[in-house]
Amino acid sequence: MTSATFPPSPPEQESWSRYFGFNTDAKVIGIQYIVTAFFFFLIGGLLAMIIRGELITPASDLVDRTVYNGIYTMHGTIMLFLFIFPVLNGLNNLLIPTMIGAPDMAFPRLNAVAFWLVPIFGTLLIASFFVPGGPAYSGWWSYPPVSIQNPLGHFINGQGLWITAVALSGVASIMGALNFVTTILRMRAPGMGFFRMPVFCWTALAAQSLQLIGLPALTGGAVMLLMDLSFGTSFYQPEGGGDPVLYQHFFWFYSHPAVYVIILPVFGIFSELFPVYSRKPLFGYVYVCLASFIIVGLGLVVWVHHMFPSGVTQWMRNLFMFTTMLIAVPTGVKVFAWLGTIWRGKLRLTTPMLFCLGGLFNFVFAGITGIMLATVPVDIHVSNTYFVVGHFHYVIYGAAVMGIFAAVYHWFPKFIGRMPYEGLGKLHFLLTFVGANLNFLPMHPLGLMGMPRRVSSYDPEFAFWNVLASLGAFLLGVSIIPFLLNMVSAWVRGDRAPHNPWNAIGLEWLLPSPPPEDNFGEHVPTVISRPYGYGLGEPLVEHQAEIERELTLQEASA
Amino acid sequence: MTATIPQHQSEHPKHNLTGFIIFLCSESVIFLAFFSGFALLKTSALNWLPAGVEGLEWRTPLINTVVLISSSGTIWLAERCMAKGNLLGFRAFWLVTMALGAYFLYGQAVEWGGLQFGFTSGVFGGTFYLLTGFHGLHVATGVFLMGLMLVKSFIPQNYAGGEQGVQATSLFWHFVDVIWIILFVLIYVWQRS
Repeated sequence: MTSATFPPSPPEQESWSRYFGFNTDAKVIGIQYIVTAFFFFLIGGLLAMIIRGELITPASDLVDRTVYNGIYTMHGTIMLFLFIFPVLNGLNNLLIPTMIGAPDMAFPRLNAVAFWLVPIFGTLLIASFFVPGGPAYSGWWSYPPVSIQNPLGHFINGQGLWITAVALSGVASIMGALNFVTTILRMRAPGMGFFRMPVFCWTALAAQSLQLIGLPALTGGAVMLLMDLSFGTSFYQPEGGGDPVLYQHFFWFYSHPAVYVIILPVFGIFSELFPVYSRKPLFGYVYVCLASFIIVGLGLVVWVHHMFPSGVTQWMRNLFMFTTMLIAVPTGVKVFAWLGTIWRGKLRLTTPMLFCLGGLFNFVFAGITGIMLATVPVDIHVSNTYFVVGHFHYVIYGAAVMGIFAAVYHWFPKFIGRMPYEGLGKLHFLLTFVGANLNFLPMHPLGLMGMPRRVSSYDPEFAFWNVLASLGAFLLGVSIIPFLLNMVSAWVRGDRAPHNPWNAIGLEWLLPSPPPEDNFGEHVPTVISRPYGYGLGEPLVEHQAEIERELTLQEASA
Repeated sequence: MTATIPQHQSEHPKHNLTGFIIFLCSESVIFLAFFSGFALLKTSALNWLPAGVEGLEWRTPLINTVVLISSSGTIWLAERCMAKGNLLGFRAFWLVTMALGAYFLYGQAVEWGGLQFGFTSGVFGGTFYLLTGFHGLHVATGVFLMGLMLVKSFIPQNYAGGEQGVQATSLFWHFVDVIWIILFVLIYVWQRS
């Protein structure tokens, strides 16, 4: 390595080809993850457009009913396993090493293998569109008995490919989680104790611990499902003494915590960005950190709330209703901390800040419907209706995806070295915020009126809200255009980014933009204070003034 | 590409072991899932045993249990030899452990060969072969890892730093052992439903 001086000099222009090969640099892998994820996001989004196009009229007239079943199944599966998890792993790869001052991940090769599994199982899943009988059609949760039926009798069928892809995704995520947890636990900069660690790293640690605890259960359950489907066992078949509800336990034991795997890093993003754009320290830093792990603990004991109508006993319903409601407490702690942070701050309404504010608004709304759904009688009443669909789209799109967009705009200058365009960004925000609310809000009255999910035709009395929702969905589809335009043109010809364009505090902002391959190399600065010291005048690291002067000089001479 | 890995790792020499311990914790959840599924299916079954099956014979598995538990002892002795710098003793006990592991696999195969039911004989056969098969896969992996470490022990200067591979393999072997004890109690001792 060449960087014997500190701060490290910016890297020479490297060729594009490194993004297409097996590379062990966490920053390259991070960008590989994010770009791959957005590729699949477009496919999943296209499927959503077909779904909403079908639902704009009460009759089933756009696609065949069986095709429709395949489309919503693949929409959910692609968005979760091929968009959200990979994009978050991409952010983890970019942010964790730079935020804690590590040169790379603990296991760089494992990291690269974990990434390359994503296009492999992605291709496998997409390939299921082209096998006889089409893709899996049993919904993203693949409950037996529907998911263990193989009417055409082919050994290679959509459902089998679905299970294989999900199991592979589990393996890839466990590899990633091992890496992230080990890196955070063992590779922090000198002086960075746990309570000097940025909240994003806390939430990543919490979320990845959940992956490690939850995913094996889903993988085990999926293996048994594949055995039932393809090898004649009867784990979930009542005829052979099996129990279909057992699968639901395996599935939700992971897939409920999976929601926290998704939302916790977004909480981290909110906690990073609100202080930057409010110019105030994060309110209640320690409590925000600890709340992440309280959410982990509680998040593991709420899964039966997805199964209230599945014939579970009354004491289980009561218990899981109680634990589910308890989760509102640590989550509320975080929401109050963010409000406390922006309260009387000097707000700068940049694109990332707008996405954070919009995401927070949607998240609070989703939290309120979440409490409604936790209540057993309400849940049984609206179970399998559009109320549930509206609720989780507010969480996943309204809060999580908007938080991810905020992160992309905020850290784009750091890792690409160019500034994204503010005008396009604000247009993207406006279309996303209006589109998401117009799309997902009408689903709540629809659900209360009794419209079931996963149907391609419905009673004409539901038409009004469905037309609104479809218009919102098309707006969301359009919103991706300014985003893609912004990313591509900023990457190619945006203004060169300085090392700290947002005036943010954090180790990653003490690196050149983009950072060199081994980040700080051998000269990791010693952390001497808590993060988010906005307006306090305390330096974050030793010799901070010199480091910043050097970086500015480097930029001036470039 | 220049290699970026070493520098920082030398400051934290135990990354691999940390990662491996985290992996074992995660791996134990799969077994936990299978065990709890087994218990749930068994307690709720109307006819647990398929027609014509009396129950499981326990002598071969009991011998296997004794073999596996003693192999946990021999691997501990091997590690102690390694700590004292006695490479020859390490190799000897390591080989004994491998032999015991291989014997366990042989015993498992013999047991499978003599059974009256198959993988698809209802949920009883399914869970039996799933649990013993998945555990057997771990035993085979353990024997393979030990073989790898044995070969590595002949590479000069290999054990200058921490012997993480050996430690990790030994941890894995104890893990496989503990899983087997739980499995033995669940499947062979708890026969009545």
